[in-house]
Amino acid sequence: MKQVTTKSMPYEDWKDNEYIENLVNELRENGVNVLVGSLDKLINWGRSNSLWPLTFATSCCGIEFVSLGAARFDMARFGWEVARASPRQADFMMVAGTIVHRMVPVFRRLYDQLAEPKYVIACGGCAISGGPFRKSYHVAKGIEDIVPVDVFVPGCPPRPEAMIYGIMQLSRKIKVERFFGGVNRQQSRKEFFDQAEKSEGND
Amino acid sequence: MANLQEKIAKAFPEAKFTEGEILLVEIPDNNLHDLVKSLRDDAENPFDYLVTIVGMDWVTSLGCVYYLTSTKTREFVSIKVSTTDREKPCLTSIADLYRIAGIYEREVFDFYGIVFAGNPDMRRLFLSIDWKGFPLRKDYDADPALNPPTTDNERQSDFTQTYTRAADGKIECKDVRVFNEEDFVVNIGPQHPATHGVLRFRTAIDGETIKKIDVYMGYIHRGVEKLCEDLSYMQTLHFMDRLDYFSAHNYHHGLCLCIEKAAGIEAPRRAQILRVIFDELSRIASHCLFIGTFCMDLGATTMLFYTLRVREQILDIMEKTCGARMTFNYDVIGGVIAEPDPDLKKDIRALLDTIPANVKEYNKIFTGNVIAKNRMEGVGVLTREDAISYAITGPSGRASGWACDVRKTHPYAVYPELKFEQVVRGEGDSMARFKNRLEEIEQSAAILEQLLEMLPDEGEICAKVPKVLKLPQGHWFQVVEGCRGLFGVYLESDGSTKPFRLKLATPSLPAAAVVDHITSGQKIADLITIGGSMDYIVPDMDR
Repeated sequence: MKQVTTKSMPYEDWKDNEYIENLVNELRENGVNVLVGSLDKLINWGRSNSLWPLTFATSCCGIEFVSLGAARFDMARFGWEVARASPRQADFMMVAGTIVHRMVPVFRRLYDQLAEPKYVIACGGCAISGGPFRKSYHVAKGIEDIVPVDVFVPGCPPRPEAMIYGIMQLSRKIKVERFFGGVNRQQSRKEFFDQAEKSEGND
Repeated sequence: MANLQEKIAKAFPEAKFTEGEILLVEIPDNNLHDLVKSLRDDAENPFDYLVTIVGMDWVTSLGCVYYLTSTKTREFVSIKVSTTDREKPCLTSIADLYRIAGIYEREVFDFYGIVFAGNPDMRRLFLSIDWKGFPLRKDYDADPALNPPTTDNERQSDFTQTYTRAADGKIECKDVRVFNEEDFVVNIGPQHPATHGVLRFRTAIDGETIKKIDVYMGYIHRGVEKLCEDLSYMQTLHFMDRLDYFSAHNYHHGLCLCIEKAAGIEAPRRAQILRVIFDELSRIASHCLFIGTFCMDLGATTMLFYTLRVREQILDIMEKTCGARMTFNYDVIGGVIAEPDPDLKKDIRALLDTIPANVKEYNKIFTGNVIAKNRMEGVGVLTREDAISYAITGPSGRASGWACDVRKTHPYAVYPELKFEQVVRGEGDSMARFKNRLEEIEQSAAILEQLLEMLPDEGEICAKVPKVLKLPQGHWFQVVEGCRGLFGVYLESDGSTKPFRLKLATPSLPAAAVVDHITSGQKIADLITIGGSMDYIVPDMDR
């Protein structure tokens, strides 16, 4: 695999190709079986072009997500239009809005209910770090402490264009994953939760 | 006002009065219930609408300030009650006089730990039952280690508490079940597309009929009121964008008016007109989104695309002037932050040209539709008395025949000069609430047309305001009309650069509290219609 290309945008226009290139290099170094590699490519082509989001919105960013779904920004162009209300049918969850203490267990449960392989996009300042409410007594300081995050989309709220860019980054990331033996094993996610448990135990 | 003061002084010799823009009556707790009852039942001037209950911590004492207003004479009165007991503070409940008081008292209990004797449901409202401390008290220990965020499921109880005061002053606590033991309770939310955000209904049903709903909020409680106490006045403004994000301009306007009143600043006329222009633009955008999402709840997904077309056009106008699509920060203390875009008038005229055709189209597609009619007419009827008692303001309150538009009842900015109709309907059902909003779009368009004539092309946009704003000691109250109803700001200052207490009375909290009342006896499918038609915004109720 040489480059992660998309039809919608030329390669030079992407702002952070380094991360994706690292993934490609990793893939190259490990070496991929020709047959499995071709199958990976085929499956990833399908997966990356039909990402189904979970309709999950807690505050302002959710309204921009509604705009994203409507005619002007029209996320259906990219194959993301099928927003599912049930996490069991969704591929990724766009965390649009603040996560507060009472919401944390619910949010974690929603994440656990997502079908594998699953991805998380932290959308907006609140989901990334707590945003303007960071000093509040009842706001979680970023969702990264709760679940592993794949893409961060900053903004308050991010413009729909930024959300499109964020989801496109996710679809590029999916394109360079190894579906067989990589994604379905999810080594990194296991490490994340093991570490989280360990640090909780230390407290 | 003098009249009212005499009347109260005659019946309650213990009462102390502080005159001001709004009369403040200070009364011992044991007289509170009688005073409020006599005010409410007064024939000439019935104070039948409880605007808000402001919980307070004056360091030496804890207490509440009640804001009441009369639907007849529109006069305000405020009542102050306090207790010096910090260990087990207890006041008398007025939940039997106003139906909304129950939930307001729960909020005060949640924030300040004040127990209300006589309130049938004295649980915490936003925070979990295991939460340590009462966050809005001045001596609250904010150490995050005390209340860490945890992924373990929240502990919940089937019981609620009621407190009664015995004759000797002793307070007794009794556990009461929220639902009957044989009730079949279904959980709706917090992750549910039709609750418009993260709101949860615990619904007891009998077959398909709803028996009782327990509204469970706090899934987006961000503690804005406490955060404001650590910020300068200018810094508190930006939170107004993030409460009811559709009424961002209106809420900014309310808080600015309140601070300006306290500081004795008056915004220049051009700024006042600009503020109202953006208020009315937000109203159209907000009602458009309401129609879209409400119709989507009822299964008419296409409507969303039609209504968002107008909303996007308005957002473009706002973006040109304010530089953002949702968090505008346009109104500042003393005026507005920037000159309007040179194309503003032209763009608004272009918008106004499209609105009649759009409204006609919405009516053609949806309003007359037989399915829509069957699902909305007669569903979730709210009577005028209940609307007042539950403090349902805005288009929903006006759908129940209560003329409660703040722009008319307590006019502010340039509203007295504008000609527009207050849209009032008598049916009080979901259809009336829907139609009211549709008609308000046309009214707002009419207002905008007048404003464009009034707006001078040049002039001052902001009064001179000191860089570090200090307010004198005192308290102020201001109401404005948000897109969903009355928005009240209570501001108390101790003379420093930060607010001592900033209470935001939002219209969405009553709108969610009334759901239990208007759904009981209806079918569970109608819950979606009724909830949608009340048009509550969850971050607005949780704050």
